[in-house]
Amino acid sequence: MVTKMMNWFDDRLPLTATIERHLTKYPAPINMNIWYLAGVLLVVVLVIQLASGIWLLMNYEPTAEGAFASIQYIMRDVKYGYIIRYMHTTGASAFFALIFLHMFRGMMYGSYQKPRELLWVLGWITYLLLCMLGFTGYVLPWGQMSFWAAQVIMSLFGSIPYIGEELLTWIRGDYLISGITLNRLFAFHVVLLPLALIAVVFVHILALHEVGSNNPDGVDVKKFKDEDGVPLDTKPFFPYDVMHDLYAIGVFLIFFVAIMFFYPDGGGYVIEYVNYEAADNLKTPEHIVPSWYYTPYYAMLRAVTFPLFGLTAKFLGFVVMAAGIAIFVALPWLDRSPVKSIKYKGIYSKFFLALFVVSFFVLGYLGTVTSTPGRTIAAQIFTITYFAYFLLMPIYTKYETCKPVPDRVQLG
Amino acid sequence: MKKITLLVSSLAFLVTFFVSFNLSAAGGAACGIYLSEDGLTKGECKEALIDAKNKASLQRGAQIYMNYCLGCHSLKYARYKKVSEDLEIPLDMFQENLIFGDQKMGDLIKIGMDPKEAKEWFGNAPPDLTLEAGLRGSDWIYTYLTSFYLDESRPLGVNNKVYENVGMPHVLIDMQGTPRSVCRQIPLIADNGGIKQDPLTGEQLTQEKCGFLEIDSGTGEMNADEFDQSMLDLTNFLAYMTDPLKVERETIGTYVLLYLFIFTMLSYLLYREFKKDLH
Repeated sequence: MVTKMMNWFDDRLPLTATIERHLTKYPAPINMNIWYLAGVLLVVVLVIQLASGIWLLMNYEPTAEGAFASIQYIMRDVKYGYIIRYMHTTGASAFFALIFLHMFRGMMYGSYQKPRELLWVLGWITYLLLCMLGFTGYVLPWGQMSFWAAQVIMSLFGSIPYIGEELLTWIRGDYLISGITLNRLFAFHVVLLPLALIAVVFVHILALHEVGSNNPDGVDVKKFKDEDGVPLDTKPFFPYDVMHDLYAIGVFLIFFVAIMFFYPDGGGYVIEYVNYEAADNLKTPEHIVPSWYYTPYYAMLRAVTFPLFGLTAKFLGFVVMAAGIAIFVALPWLDRSPVKSIKYKGIYSKFFLALFVVSFFVLGYLGTVTSTPGRTIAAQIFTITYFAYFLLMPIYTKYETCKPVPDRVQLG
Repeated sequence: MKKITLLVSSLAFLVTFFVSFNLSAAGGAACGIYLSEDGLTKGECKEALIDAKNKASLQRGAQIYMNYCLGCHSLKYARYKKVSEDLEIPLDMFQENLIFGDQKMGDLIKIGMDPKEAKEWFGNAPPDLTLEAGLRGSDWIYTYLTSFYLDESRPLGVNNKVYENVGMPHVLIDMQGTPRSVCRQIPLIADNGGIKQDPLTGEQLTQEKCGFLEIDSGTGEMNADEFDQSMLDLTNFLAYMTDPLKVERETIGTYVLLYLFIFTMLSYLLYREFKKDLH
């Protein structure tokens, strides 16, 4: 009966072939470690965000007059509305935490190297989309921090020479941040960006299943196959990885739920306290800070304090900030190393990767606090070290001595 | 690989911690110029020991709020009915004693004051307080409520240690009595944490510090402890206002966690079974 049905489908749709290609016969390297969980957890969070987002949308009112009150309506009067909203706010932070881990995994094990350049670029696009989703979504509750964050971020476009002012008005749709701006950000957040994100994630996974997963040793598992043509050092994704992932999802959800139900504000990082006050364009908050996941880039923006070549400091800061996000895409072509994994790369690669992590954390911290002269200098130094990881990579990966890479994956 | 990961992460945390420790010294004071009872810290809020499960405290807080605060401060995102249900105040009793005017139980807790007029009277329209505890934190609210003092230089004759030059009158002055800002001799603290003594005479060294709050005795309807307790109740009520479903949320959260623990355990066992195939 089941076979008959499957045959019926298979004649009309590559159903069995798809299931085999992506699940039951997808070869996953056996030496994948804990870092490889971020990817599947990101898919889980994507589903959480889509589901909770749809339910939030049922009760949210996208107007300057009604947005803030409608959030409180969801929190108080909608049955279990607070669960839906906290799911979405916690999900937003989880999304970024996981994508940072996912990207770092790629950087560690050289997952961007040939033949995975396109896979990396697609992943980078999802990161960009996520940044935009985060920003547009953050404005929707129309609290004080929503309003002023929008003000600060959008004013960056105003710093572009010659066309800035007019571009800014065009983007805002008004002479100041208003209900019109809110409406367009709302449209992006609930239609355009999620659609794009789903599409790109889909292609990202397709590309992954075409080139195959990398592994902590960075060796090509397809080199050695058994008599059936199945790579030796792999296991079928289903059921082995699925069972493993199920267990990981359970552990992840425990943390997720703990934050969602018991610390929904996340100490002011998941939901900022200033956003408990409705947007007021006449009252600027004492200090405006972005969400924690943008703080490294916010620190870079503020680190540029001097004009150069007739360009304003603000515009240059904007360029540096954008470059900080954009530069990831160049990694496949910056890395000249003959080996993929950091395990076998030389000492300089290790040093610069560590330096990058330190810079990222320090900049992240500096972005959350008010700036003082000392902090500005620190931000400048760590902005330079952040970029050093990328810009010096062609040199240090080419001239360092790497360890010999084994033919097969190493266990333990 | 593990060694490298460990090294990288520990290094990152060390440096972050070191840098943040050095740079965060310039943090602003949360509670204005409020001086603690022992005179040692300035600008730090008192801790409000409140309990969202203490219904009696919440009821007393609601009573104070409806009688003293609601004249100026709305709770416009919350509804009367929900408050009466959550605080277990019988509907009819609530309606008789805590709702003023012709408002219905299902209404949002709004006020009749016109914000434009209010701005003329107080310099700023009194804010809505539904989410104040989220914005400022309950410690801040508790400290603020207990930090009014007489100040002839202010238009309303009072000032506040936590929120300097606030436009709000001391509404609860009858309850508390007349608070004044006074100076006191307090012991000097030595570097080792003990009380500093004169090296020759062994006498305790003191210094004068100003900004302590004292109530003129016999001027209030309540004594100091009763007033403090009332302000804790009021703070508790405002914290409830910001997060009315905290108790329900945490109850549900406990069940969800319990479920997830069982799920995770079972999925681990399943994973372990499957893993046996691989080696």
